[in-house]
Amino acid sequence: MSRAATVLRLAALALLVTFLLTPASFAPLFAPLTQYGAPPIYDQGNLLTLALAQIATVCCATAASAVVAVGLGILVTRASGAQFLPLSRTLVNIGQTFPPVAVLAIAVPLVGFGLKPTLIALFCYGLLPIFENTISGLHGCPPAVIEAASGMGMSPTQRLLGVELPLAMPLILEGIRLSLVINVGTAAIGSTVGAKGLGEVIIAGLLSNNTAFILQGGLVTGLMAILLYEAMAAVERRLFRPALIE
Amino acid sequence: MISIDNLSKQYGSTTVVDRVSLDIERNSITVIVGTSGSGKSTLLRMINRLVEPSSGRVLIDGNDTAGEPAHLLRRRIGYAIQGNGLFPHRTVAENIATVPRLLGWDDTRLRARVLQLLTVFQLDPAEFAGKFPHQLSGGQQQRVGVARALAAEPAVLLMDEPFGALDPIIRAKAQDDLLDIQRRFATTIVLVTHDMDEAFRLGSRVAVMSRGRVLQYDRPAVLITRPADPFVSQMTGLADRAMRLLSLTTAGEAVIPGAAGGPVIAASASLRDALSELVWRGAESVAVVDADGAPLGRLTVAAILAHGRPG
Ligand SMILES: Nc1ncnc2c1ncn2[C@@H]1O[C@H](COP(=O)(O)OP(=O)(O)OP(=O)(O)O)[C@@H](O)[C@H]1O
Ligand SMILES: [Mg+2]
Repeated sequence: MSRAATVLRLAALALLVTFLLTPASFAPLFAPLTQYGAPPIYDQGNLLTLALAQIATVCCATAASAVVAVGLGILVTRASGAQFLPLSRTLVNIGQTFPPVAVLAIAVPLVGFGLKPTLIALFCYGLLPIFENTISGLHGCPPAVIEAASGMGMSPTQRLLGVELPLAMPLILEGIRLSLVINVGTAAIGSTVGAKGLGEVIIAGLLSNNTAFILQGGLVTGLMAILLYEAMAAVERRLFRPALIE
Repeated sequence: MISIDNLSKQYGSTTVVDRVSLDIERNSITVIVGTSGSGKSTLLRMINRLVEPSSGRVLIDGNDTAGEPAHLLRRRIGYAIQGNGLFPHRTVAENIATVPRLLGWDDTRLRARVLQLLTVFQLDPAEFAGKFPHQLSGGQQQRVGVARALAAEPAVLLMDEPFGALDPIIRAKAQDDLLDIQRRFATTIVLVTHDMDEAFRLGSRVAVMSRGRVLQYDRPAVLITRPADPFVSQMTGLADRAMRLLSLTTAGEAVIPGAAGGPVIAASASLRDALSELVWRGAESVAVVDADGAPLGRLTVAAILAHGRPG
């Protein structure tokens, strides 16, 4: 990790935190983007609350995606579950290719407005990267290692928990990281069905033709996505540095 | 010790191991040798039930191995393979501790055993215990693989081409070490290889396999002097069979009384080495000495050559 990159990350974090805590101090920066004396900083809610709400939504949805996708990935890489691989892959692919907006449109009549349809849409959207990475990770375990584990007398469960999952973990975590980042951006659409989040800021900007709002919603979302990605990557590096990086 | 009784394995309609029966002696090294695809690994893996037999039985100390859960059986049988299969995310010490952990050994006993094995395999515990496999050379990895297989003091050790990935010099050293280990721990070893030299060097008995069948199972010298099948003599090599035979007898075993001047050779050296020494020196006889250098007798060219033919 180069020093310059670290400095850049810390600067981005500082910028995000300062903006969320004291948005008013950035007013002069955004003022040129507004017309007819419109407010330069979003004033219909607390930006920090909205940002945290969006992160919470994304984390819940991704956690659910991770549990299901990793579970499914484990199932279809067992000898007994291999027959379900094509079916699972199709389902997960549909989850990714079906536009989240369309999922919202379908989910709202079923579960009502608010957080629930958003969680469902993000859950579906986040499955694919985790599922595929889980499978590559588990398939990527060297055959000699698997054979040795069985030959030593590990039960299938001991082998899975003690050898296969630890070896696949870097790839699985990468999948989760990818899914998290994609969803931080995608989560903004939740605001169209009444979930709390930064989408609100963007929509307000669109409705009142206020470019400053749109930019604020977009920038905060983007910064959060990047920082979340970097934070997870740093944790992974710390966890797996000694053993798996050859 | 291990009794393989009419063992077969079919995959679909192809028979990979065909009605094999072998009695493996306790406290010895038995080698299974054969060409690629002859069913050696499959036969070996049926002993610890990594492959379930289609028919036939394997008895260890008279007990049918089918009578207990496979993973429990495997904890009592050491298993070392080509490419060693070390767990890349675990340290050398953790790798070696695998089976004792599965068996629930207490920490004191486990630690003592890991230390003992590291020392026996010439891996300084202070330096190697905490290293990860990718930080070791191929030869060191291979030693850790064998140490891991022996960790829980198994009475039986199965080895599938354990030295296949080593260069010739490290390989010869590993073979010598294995002979020492076998004597030290009194383990019953079954080893698979496709290298006839390795088979002759290690095996007190050798089984020659071809297309799923064991063609002959006997002492190495018998495979050379009384091959049961043309394939066996092809495997042992017709052109240098005399030299092979000489390599199976040590100078100490063949020594004859009398004193000799000139070249000296250790009692543990093979007759092949003794002959080579005589040819090289242009001498007619060589003095044989024991490990301490005390004279045991001598060997003449004629005495050596007499060992290089049947009868
Ligand atoms: N799971 C399996 N399904 C189908 N055929 C198999 C299976 N395992 C092994 N075979 C076949 O059985 C035959 C014997 O395989 P085996 O691995 O025992 O040979 P080997 O003597 O160990 O060969 P090598 O020296 O190449 O390791 C081969 O033809 C192989 O293709
Ligand atoms: Mg093999």
